[in-house]
Amino acid sequence: MRLHTRSRVYAATAAACALSLALGGCSGTTKGDAKDDAKDKAQNAKADPDAPLKKGLKLAFLPKQINNPYEKIVDEAGIAAAKGYGGKAKEVGPSDAKASSQVSYINTLVQQRQDAILIAANDPNAVCGPLKQAMKQDIKVVSYDSDTAKDCRQLFINQASSEEIGRSLVKRTAEQVGHKGQIAILSATQNATNQNAWIEFMKDELKKPAYKDMKLVKTAYGDDDDQKSFQETQGLLKAYPKLKAVISPTTVGIAAAARYISDSSYKGKVVLNGLGTPNQMRKYIKDGTVEEFSLWDPKKLGYLGSYAAASLASGQITGKQGEKFKAGKLGERTVGKDGEVILGPPTVFDKKNIGDYDF
Amino acid sequence: MNAPTTLTDPTDRADGSGEAGAGRGGGAVRFLRWDTAVGVLLVAVLLAGSGTTEGFADVTNLSAALNDTAEIALIALPMTLLVVAGQVDLSVASMLGLSSALAGSLWDAGWAFEMIVPLCLLLGVLGGLLNGWLVTRVGLPSLAVTIGTLTLYRGLASVVLGNKAVSDFPETYAQWASYTEPVPGTFIPYPIAVFIVLAALAAFVLHSTAAGRSLFAMGAQEEAARFAGIRVNRIKLVLFAVTGFMASFAGIVYTLRYGSARADNGLGLELVVIASVLLGGIDFNGGRGTLGGAVAGVLLIGVLNNLLTLNDISNEIQVIVTGVLLVASVLTPRVIAVASERRQRRAATAT
Repeated sequence: MRLHTRSRVYAATAAACALSLALGGCSGTTKGDAKDDAKDKAQNAKADPDAPLKKGLKLAFLPKQINNPYEKIVDEAGIAAAKGYGGKAKEVGPSDAKASSQVSYINTLVQQRQDAILIAANDPNAVCGPLKQAMKQDIKVVSYDSDTAKDCRQLFINQASSEEIGRSLVKRTAEQVGHKGQIAILSATQNATNQNAWIEFMKDELKKPAYKDMKLVKTAYGDDDDQKSFQETQGLLKAYPKLKAVISPTTVGIAAAARYISDSSYKGKVVLNGLGTPNQMRKYIKDGTVEEFSLWDPKKLGYLGSYAAASLASGQITGKQGEKFKAGKLGERTVGKDGEVILGPPTVFDKKNIGDYDF
Repeated sequence: MNAPTTLTDPTDRADGSGEAGAGRGGGAVRFLRWDTAVGVLLVAVLLAGSGTTEGFADVTNLSAALNDTAEIALIALPMTLLVVAGQVDLSVASMLGLSSALAGSLWDAGWAFEMIVPLCLLLGVLGGLLNGWLVTRVGLPSLAVTIGTLTLYRGLASVVLGNKAVSDFPETYAQWASYTEPVPGTFIPYPIAVFIVLAALAAFVLHSTAAGRSLFAMGAQEEAARFAGIRVNRIKLVLFAVTGFMASFAGIVYTLRYGSARADNGLGLELVVIASVLLGGIDFNGGRGTLGGAVAGVLLIGVLNNLLTLNDISNEIQVIVTGVLLVASVLTPRVIAVASERRQRRAATAT
């Protein structure tokens, strides 16, 4: 009996081994062989800049996570914009920020025959296969907030150029600390596409001679989780007593960091800058924990995304560089390199202007 | 994991059929068996879905929905055997992540994919053997051991690949794992085809061989099984090794399917696997259940989620539906047992 158990288990193991090895021939396939597969053919279609926006377009917003407050603002603005041009938009998405969960949503959106999918990707590559599948079925794909790989979408609505965000955060923080001392970054997850791009530009900016007396001592990851970001801030300030500033390029991170600093002895001594929403940061601006922070207007981002997707689905544009489309009250926009449409420079919020914003 | 105190009727449990209460209730109870009920529910959901929801019965949708459960389904097979034998392995999703991370880092380093796959599978076997060794030789409970290795393997995955995400895996292999290239002539994607073959094999082993019966015996009462001459430790060791192997194989499938190797791949998947297995009527105390039930449980969760998503039902509601089903799966067999006991008592007083 024992012998049978084992031989059967071995047989099963061997069968599975053989199966996994027999997939598609046994000539060694290495990274060098892997080619970028055929780019989306949809872009070969001709754009008709004068085509009117179609009525009754079906748009779906797929955020990183359904209860992400920031993306909710973006999506709701996009849904409202769609009403304006006679389209029907909705927001669907997973309750966890996982790429694998987004994939099953993309598959069902394809089945539902949406005209366009707007996605904030949890992983630039993991969502690629199904998005390409969608584009093959003539469903337009627009990424926003967090981009996918370039050949998996037709347009990327960039909140502001990554370079501008990264460099301006360092510039503004440097002015606050007098171009001197240790600084740290509190980011979102280690894999976050946008945060990582901004951090690269921050590091690049710091190489300039103007910042020779400033030193980036650590990049901590709060995983866009309030509690974890709070603890990471605490950890940073304990580990580096000489820390002069924390830059947090994520709305969750900066709010958690501000909450920690406002109740600690570091209040007024450590500069906190980064990207936050006025409603979350109002309290900390008022009590002096934070002097200023930046962000683009997420409502405009959703609005622009909605119009861009509708223009694609109506055939006004195809996603090629140089094409122009009208984005309602935002005026005419041009598709840039790699299908990027840039929203504009970020807004800086401080004591003087924060009263004007409510989001 | 073993709870000898719950063993009320040894003859019922050790017979290897896993039929809860079948010995007492006869034909009517057979229909009330939970695993049959899950199967019926699955068919009902399929019929209701194709009747009410446009695009649900579409073959590409079914392929996609099936393929979305591929990793869960693959790991659920050895997990069923483990749970029947009174053990559990919580480290499977971390092993999936570790296998994915290793595949990614070797691929990035320029290794041939054909070399990477056997290495990852070997790593899975080693990880499984470590679990098995700690359980059998050191004598620790499997729940405690695998909670430890759950953290350990995930940590190793982060060490192996860091915060990188490796992509651009070979197109031929990626297509193998994709739902868009099913087995010719069917709508069944290759990972699911592998699952079907392995499920048939596992069902045969569990229900038609002496080895399978010894798993039920071990789960029902380990001491008794040992005295009956079953080499309990050896079987456990093999089970853990097979589970590790399947978890690492699922890691390869996951990596190819999403085209992205990351250390956090499959985070939290172990709970979905165990939930599916329990939903299929496998008793968490061991000694009871059928493989068919487990497969039906896996498919039910997958199909139901797909159907609810197609109908724009929010994720929160989906989680609640799964939760209610799970509670029902634990509760219903107990209710049936109590009911049949009452009937039996009534029958006894009548005579």
